This record gives sequence, C-alpha cells and structure tokens, in this order.
Amino acid sequence: MHRNSINELVKLLFTKKISSSELVSHYLARIKKYDSTINSFITVNDQALKQAREIDQKQDPTKPLAGIPIAIKDIFCTQGIKTTCASKMLSNFIAPYNATVIEKLITAGAIILGKTNMDEFAMGSSNENSYYGPVKNPWNLEKVPGGSSGGSAAAVAANLAPIALGTDTGGSIRQPAAFCGLTGIKPTYGRVSRFGMVAFASSLDQCGIFAHSAEDAALLMQVIAGFDPKDSTSVNTDVPNYTAELNHPLKGLRIGLPKEYFTADLETGIAVAIDEAIGVLEKLGASIQEISLPHNDLALAVYYVIAPAECSSNLARYDGVRYGMRCENPKNLEDLYTRTRSECFSDEVKRRIMVGTYVLSSGYYDAYYLQAQKARTLIARDFQQAFNNIDIILAPSAPTTAFKLNEKTDNPINMYLSDIYTIPVNLAGLPAISLPAGFADELPVGIQLIGNHFAESKILNVAHQYQKQTDWHLKMPESFE
Amino acid sequence: MHNYTKEEIKNLANLAKIAIKDSEIDDYAKKISNIINLIEKIKTIDLKNIPPMSHPLENINQRLREDKVTETNQRELLQKNAPLIENGLYLVPSIIE
Repeated sequence: MHRNSINELVKLLFTKKISSSELVSHYLARIKKYDSTINSFITVNDQALKQAREIDQKQDPTKPLAGIPIAIKDIFCTQGIKTTCASKMLSNFIAPYNATVIEKLITAGAIILGKTNMDEFAMGSSNENSYYGPVKNPWNLEKVPGGSSGGSAAAVAANLAPIALGTDTGGSIRQPAAFCGLTGIKPTYGRVSRFGMVAFASSLDQCGIFAHSAEDAALLMQVIAGFDPKDSTSVNTDVPNYTAELNHPLKGLRIGLPKEYFTADLETGIAVAIDEAIGVLEKLGASIQEISLPHNDLALAVYYVIAPAECSSNLARYDGVRYGMRCENPKNLEDLYTRTRSECFSDEVKRRIMVGTYVLSSGYYDAYYLQAQKARTLIARDFQQAFNNIDIILAPSAPTTAFKLNEKTDNPINMYLSDIYTIPVNLAGLPAISLPAGFADELPVGIQLIGNHFAESKILNVAHQYQKQTDWHLKMPESFE
Repeated sequence: MHNYTKEEIKNLANLAKIAIKDSEIDDYAKKISNIINLIEKIKTIDLKNIPPMSHPLENINQRLREDKVTETNQRELLQKNAPLIENGLYLVPSIIE
C-alpha cells in the first residue's frame, strides 16, 4: 500500500478495495517498525485508527482525501495532540484549537498520523537542533535529512506517511525534499493560511507539502490553498484546479537559469543532474536562457537580519506566564522570564533571538533592519525583472547533497550556506518546488523550479511533465521497503 | 571583523531576557560575532532611493478586520496551558515588595 500514489489510494478507498483503517494500520505498523531508526515523529496520534474507522463507516464522496493518512510538522496547532515545535519550551503544550490547514484536512477526510520532528521553532537546516533528538536520512543513516522540516521529509521518504505538511521560511521544505529525494512545494506567501502555525519569521514563513510526486502535491494543494479571514497575511485570490493544470504541454515554455546560482560552490553531481533535467525539458519543447539576479549575493545577509529580527519579536511571547514551560521556583519576575527562556530554548534559538535583538536595538535599526528591507526590495525586483522574459526559473535546491550528522553543527555560518539557493525565493515571496533529479554518491539530488507569484499551478505542471519522463521520484530507500 | 566581547554578549543576552552561563559565553561570543560579520555588508551598500519592503507581495496592503468581537470568552480552556493560575488569573512572583 505504501507504494501507491495518493490518487491510487483515493481510488482504492473509494471502490472499497481497501479501507482507511487498513491503510492507517499499515502506516502505524511501519512507524512502529522503522521510526526508532530515523526518529521522524515526535508524537503519534493515538486516535488515528479510531478516526479511520469513522471515515470507513460514513463514506462521503465529497471528501477529496477521505481516509488518507498524513503526517504534520509539529509546528501546526492540533487540538488535543501536543504541539511542541521540537522545543522544551512547548513540550507540554496542547493547543486549544486547530490550525486552519488542519481544519481543512479534517474536513477533506484526511487522518493525522502524527506530528513530525523538526529543528526547534523551524530554525535549522539539518534537523539536528531538536529537543527530541536528530532525525536520520532514510537514504543513509549517517546523513542529515535536511531541515527544518526534516521529520516530515524523512517520514515520507521512508514511507511512514504517504504525504506530509511542512513549513518553509528560508528553504525548510525544499532543502529537506532535495536531501530525501522528494517533491516539496513552498507556495506563494499568502497562498496558504498560517493561522495556527507557530510563528518564526512572519514575513517569510509559509506552509507547504512533502509528497512523492507533483501529482500528489497538487491534490493536497487543492485542499490547503485559499483565503482565510483569520490570517491577516492570507491573500484573497482564486484557487485554480491544480490537478487539471498538470497536463498542459510544455511547448513554448521559457525557462531561465540564473547565472549567479551556477558557481564553484555547486557540487559536480548536482550540476550534472541539472544538465540532464534541462535536456529532458528541452525535449518537451521548453527553451532555456541565461538570466541574471544581480543582487543575489545580498540574500544571505538580508535573510540573517530579517529572520532573526522577526524571530526575536515573535519569540518574546515565551515568558513562562500564559502557556509553555516555566522554570522551577522563580525568585522574582525577572528571574522567571530569564531562567525560563534560558532553560527552555536551545543555543541556536537563543543565538538568533540575540542577533535579532541586536539588529533591532536602538541605534542599530536603520543600519541593519531598514537597510535589509531595502535590499530585499532589490532582490524581489530582480525576480520580477526576470519574469518579464521567462515563465519559470530552474535552479539547484541546495549546493550539496545530504551532509553528515554533526558535520556543520559547530559553525552556524556553514549551516546557513546550505540554504543559499532557497532563501532568495522566500525574500521575494515566490512559490517554488524541489524535485528529485538524480543521485550523486548514492544520495538524492534536488532541482528547484521557481515561479512567479501565485504560479503554483505552473511549477506543478512543469514538475509533473518532467516526472512523466523520469523515474527519480519513484526511487525509494532500500532499507525501508 | 569585529569580535564581540563577553560584556557585549552579556548585555545583548540581558536585553533578550536570556541568561548565559560563564562557561558558555566564549562560544556565544564567537558564533554571534560570525553571524553579525555575515550581515555586516548590509550596512555599507548604497540604498538611498530604494523603498523598504514591508510586505513580500508588493501592492498588497495589510488587511484590517472590523473592530468587533468575534470570539466567545474561553478563559478556562485557554488557561489549561498556563503554568500557574488562581481564580482565573495568571500567577507570577510578587512584583511590589
């Protein structure tokens, strides 16, 4: 069952060839068998089987995902199931409400299998920064799965869930999708509701999907996309029929290759995979041209001003008073705040809060934060300029394949460089998808397709046409068959 | 390249309501110096006539909702997650001696 696409599973369920309880039991058994090896779940939903039985009893053809199991990054509030953000700070937190995307999934008939591991508060690129321990890459247990949505990526790659939700602030869906051989989409800023999604950097965060194929991702996009009055950054524009749009032929498609992305930093195996992908897309009728994103070299600096600044502001709410952990026997209010935050945040989270506090502090705001916001305008304009002449951008998803556990934990800057190809997309608020496009040294390689604002259907369309010609997305790690 | 001193790091931690142990402070100073040096170049580029981006989608303004009550009072439910409450109030150490 775990080798079927979502589309196939929906049909099998609808024609009663299988039941949701069989399907959910199958995945729960796989989690039990394999998750001690990869540590991809923080909490397994003990009500999943009961919920599957209920779905089986009242078969409802209007529910597009009736009976389909899904894994959820532990950053989305789920009523009655712990939401920890992989932090000691929220290790006891049970949300009193569901995030809008969770409500939409339940309405569509999906069954939550559990909550997946992640870098604490989504800060990290390797999933080593979790209060619940690191996640291992199913393709090679000595390697990281990427981050911050590493648990969702590893769970889908090892087929412990057929599909999963993640979030992407600077690459947290696309980089782990690349490292784990998955299709991972980060929609346009404002496309999917963030109500009930724990905030890290509010001008960058967006909810997205890990799947085995663009076709599966399109089915889930249909369910989660759309306006939400409860999210003030949600945008009220029409949601297209993503599945119907998958089948457009690519003849005449104009693809841009940003010259700034193809430098010596890029591993050879990834450059080779991109060349092969270009060949496939050209055969389908696409034309390739070089483009320039001249302010690309500012992106990392801009991101590491804006993201920590917003993080320091958002995480000020964790004060040990209203929810979350509190230190033992506080001497006074100051001690309560300080000790709670010191004992319950990890070093990386504390560093980012401190950097954010620094760039926002009196006398420094104009020099760092305001400058970064201006430079962000230039980065976004570069993309708009490029989209005058092309339809989509093809780029690497990450400069390397999955790296070794502990390889980069000692130097935050080395870790940050893992996101150099994904960060500019968040700064510009664009949608992008990472696709499996080959292997280098037996590890998956990802390529990234970047679209203009609200062009999710275009990048899903190109991804699907590519996947009809290739079988990289069908490969699965041997030890988890 | 500026290396942040122990005192600067302690001051920064204090502003962020974080306490750092003496044994950890060198590591924090080194890593935070590296991060701030990474972003340092943003200070020197000429961006005089460029507007700051306040929303990732240009031409979209922050939507405001009507100023009316939409939620019912769910104090008990919301306080289930509180570390310490009494009679519906959050308890903190005494502030006025």
